[in-house]
Amino acid sequence: MVDSAMIYAVIAAAAVATYSLRLGGLLLAGRLPKTGKFRRFMDALPGTILLSLIVPAAFAAGFWGWIATACTALCSLRTGNIFASMVIGVTIVAVSRYFGT
Amino acid sequence: MKTTTDISITEQVEAADSLSSQLKAGFIANLVVAASVAAYGSVLGLIAAKKGLSWVELLVMNLSVFAGSAQFVMVDMWLPPLPIAEITLAVLVINMRYLLVGASLEPLFAEKTLKEKMVFIHLVADENWAMTMARFRRKELTTVWFLLGGGICVQGAWCAGTMAGHRLGTVISNPEQFGLDFAFVAVFTALVFSFWRGRQDLWPWIVTALLAFIAEKLIPGKWYILVGGIGGALLTAIMPVSHQQKSQGEKNNG
Repeated sequence: MVDSAMIYAVIAAAAVATYSLRLGGLLLAGRLPKTGKFRRFMDALPGTILLSLIVPAAFAAGFWGWIATACTALCSLRTGNIFASMVIGVTIVAVSRYFGT
Repeated sequence: MKTTTDISITEQVEAADSLSSQLKAGFIANLVVAASVAAYGSVLGLIAAKKGLSWVELLVMNLSVFAGSAQFVMVDMWLPPLPIAEITLAVLVINMRYLLVGASLEPLFAEKTLKEKMVFIHLVADENWAMTMARFRRKELTTVWFLLGGGICVQGAWCAGTMAGHRLGTVISNPEQFGLDFAFVAVFTALVFSFWRGRQDLWPWIVTALLAFIAEKLIPGKWYILVGGIGGALLTAIMPVSHQQKSQGEKNNG
């Protein structure tokens, strides 16, 4: 058995770390330049960070994972419908696994 | 003729109206991604149950940490005696992106007080942040209440999903069979391509993907998120502006 106080200490430490990053970013941003190279850097970040987040996972998902990722991306680009895009991806993976490929 | 009191009351009514409509709009806009949040939340619930976390502990973690990928890693490292320093460091690294996420939200919080910032920033997850930023970029009216509405929706789905997974731990023994583990990749793929701004993003995104892929192979942990994200965004920053304006032109004065 793990000590209950220890469990909540771990959770609290993780919570404080996460909250500090969220608030720290917001507070720091006020001191950062609004135009120029740094601004373009910040504007590009949402896309590049999300992309980095998925690339290794998409690679690791195998052939059908690749197909599913490509279809999801294409559907999102064409329709802008995030839910439909996601359903397409998950369905392709689920069906491919059902048939054991 | 209006008195100052009349005006302030009108303003208050309008503010309240915009508040609730923004809250609602944010909630509704995030319902679509909430489905997938619940889906991969259920996977976390399954793993947590197997690791011996009680549903109360998991719920407290959901409400206080509220960061999907970090919680997966926490639960993965959940072996007695709990390595508190290692877990905290891992959470810091994985969530380092929230520093940038928080900074990117600054225009939305431009006129807000410190207290408001402290309250609203907690419920910022990847999903409602992406939804909010996508809407903000389209120059539709977007306030922190939209962000909060989305946050409530996503956190609700996250808790519901993880709790369901925790309860059903013994029933669904093989969530991979239903593609539930892929829900994470699928939702972020759909989200990331809603950020595609056109040809100007082509080379930065190729570089981002390459850097993330290589970094994931070479560096243990979740550093690849920062390496790829920062590398690709740096390329955008140093690329000639004229090249970007050719294909874009309207978005660079945010």
